[in-house]
Parts: sequence; C-alpha cells; structure tokens
Amino acid sequence: MKSVFVTVGTTCFEELIAVVSAPETIQILQSLGYSRLVLQVGGGAAPTPLRTPAFTLEVFRFRESLAEEFQRADLVISHAGAGTCLETLEKGKPLLVVINEKLMNNHQLELARQLYKDEHLFYCTCSTLLESLKSIDLSTLKPFPPGQPEKFAAFLDSITGFE
Amino acid sequence: WVPPLLSLLSPVLLVLLPIVLITALLLLVRRNSISRTGPLSLLVVAGSGGHTTEMLRLLGSLSLSYSPRHYIFADSDKMSEDKIRSFEQNRAETFSNFQFTLNRIPRCREVQQSWSSSILTTLYSVLYSFPLTFRLKPDLILCNGPGTCVPICISALLLDILALRKVIIVYVESICRVETLSLAGKILYYFSDYFIVQWPALKEKYPKSVYLGRIV
Repeated sequence: MKSVFVTVGTTCFEELIAVVSAPETIQILQSLGYSRLVLQVGGGAAPTPLRTPAFTLEVFRFRESLAEEFQRADLVISHAGAGTCLETLEKGKPLLVVINEKLMNNHQLELARQLYKDEHLFYCTCSTLLESLKSIDLSTLKPFPPGQPEKFAAFLDSITGFE
Repeated sequence: WVPPLLSLLSPVLLVLLPIVLITALLLLVRRNSISRTGPLSLLVVAGSGGHTTEMLRLLGSLSLSYSPRHYIFADSDKMSEDKIRSFEQNRAETFSNFQFTLNRIPRCREVQQSWSSSILTTLYSVLYSFPLTFRLKPDLILCNGPGTCVPICISALLLDILALRKVIIVYVESICRVETLSLAGKILYYFSDYFIVQWPALKEKYPKSVYLGRIV
C-alpha cells in the first residue's frame, strides 16, 4: 500500500492542507498508485478523515515523533521547514516541498531552494501542486549524503590541542 | 607643540591606546595554542528548535575530553531542555564518565516581539549572562544562534580580558543558511575565534570563515 505523508511542522499551512485533501488531489494520488494519505496539520483546520476500501485519509495535529510516518511514506509533501526537509532526505524519502507564498522572504526557503538546485527534492507552490504531482519523476532525485559531524570534531580537536 | 586637532583627540587616544594594546597582547597569547591533555570545559548555547537539534548532532561526535558540558538555553525553551536531557542520558549509557549542567537565561527576543522592547530584554539577558559565564569559566564556547548566544559570547570576551583566561569561541552557522548569514552570525563573525559555515557560497562571501562541508 503506497502512502503519502503531508507535514506542516509546527507552523500552520491551511492552504496546503486544503489543496492536498481536495477530492481532485486524492483522485490524482490514486491514479499514481497511492492509497493512503496521512496529514499532519499542526494548528490549522483539520479535514475529516476518510476510510474507503480504495483510499484512506488520516489526520492528526502534532505527534511527539514523526519518524514512524516518515518511515512508512513513499512520498513526503512538506512545508519548506529546514528540519523537515533534512529529516525527510536523511530517511531517503522522495520529497516535494510546497512553498508558502505568504512567507516568501522567510530564510528557510534558502535551504529548500538549494536542495532543489542540487536535485535532492522537488519544489512547488499550492497553486502548482497538482501539476507537479502529475509531472514529477521521483526516480530522478539524487540521494542525499549524510552530514559529517566527525569533521567538526576533528577540527575542534585541532584548535584545542587534543590532536 | 601639539596640533589643535591632536590635542582634542588625545584624551580619546589615551583611553583607546591601552585597550588596543591589551587586545593585541591577548590575541597574541590566544594564538599560541598549546597541546592539551586534561579535559576541557565546554559551554554550549542551545538556541531553540532546529538550532538545538543541529547543536546536539555536532556534540554527538565529540570525544569525552569535552567535559563538563554546560548548557545554556532560554528559560521559555522547554523543548531544548528535553532534547538535551535525552541526549545526555543516551551518552551516559555509552560512556560512564559524564558531567553536565543545565542553565537557563531569559530570552533575548521572542518571535514577533517588537524591536523596541527587544532592546530592553536583550539588555536584561546581557546583564544576566555575565555572572553565569564568569561562574562557569568555560575553555570553549560553542554556539549556533539565534540571539541568545550573543550576550554569552560578549561576556566571555570580557572574561577573556579581565581574567586573562583564554576562552575559545566557535560559532557554527546553521545548515539553513546557504547564501546569507543569520543576525547572530553577522555579529559573531567579528567576535568569534572560529566561524564555521556549511555552504561554499558563504565561505566565498565571508573569507575568514571555515568551511568543512556539511557537518550536521
């Protein structure tokens, strides 16, 4: 059962939740082979859950850890929050970032834009979400190599004399 | 005979000259780094949210030589406190010898707080930071923003000057910053001993910075 996980983090991104839970979107997701949609909606309005033999829509506001949902997802759709972007990519999950146009000057966009340039994720706005879902090819994304904190440790050792 | 302009300036020079000389001397002392054997007292300024997450990733790679670890975080930041506690508990399971303290300070600026009232709260947190930094007497300060770390670093610089104690300040700019520095970064670029960035574009713009690749 292929599933999509949508997360807005600690913010509130009602426009995204509204677009992604619209019948039109669910239809497209079904045509792409997904049968489960999980929404983490934060503080915004929460759509009614749905359970039919062909499709499940689950909704929750916040959870201590989203690790399990990331793990189960075949596609993650998220706000541009840096934490969420990094967590998704580290878990090796395909990511479609939806930019909140109301927060265009937010510095968080810098990272999402760079990761898009480096072909680690896809990038769209609420108004282009449907088009993106139809056109993107998840297999073209490049894997995201893990960060190297050991280089930082070696650097600190060298400046403090622990070498 | 002294030119009038110079005589006017001389009181200023009299005050400035010793400061410049002492700073230069301190910088010289600082640069002669020694090989170290004993443990090193680490002061970590945990920013909040993503900043704390990044910081703990960095700390996870450090050896036991960095002990004790003193954490400073804003008193309104319960989430960082929980993250730090669970991080240290995990470490305690792996390593028997662990020491850490948790220290709260008033927050400089809450999100969406007006700039005029942030000046007052920042002043308050500067006053609060001084005795704390002096009491903890760190060898190394590690910070990655946001604002909370600025007063701590300033008090550490003073500790440096007043107590002739060498405090190394290391600032790590967040992975989120690809092309522009954060406000804390812009300030601490000038006050830190080592300024680490995680994207090449920043290294180009800020030549004094250190680029080690992505470290979180």
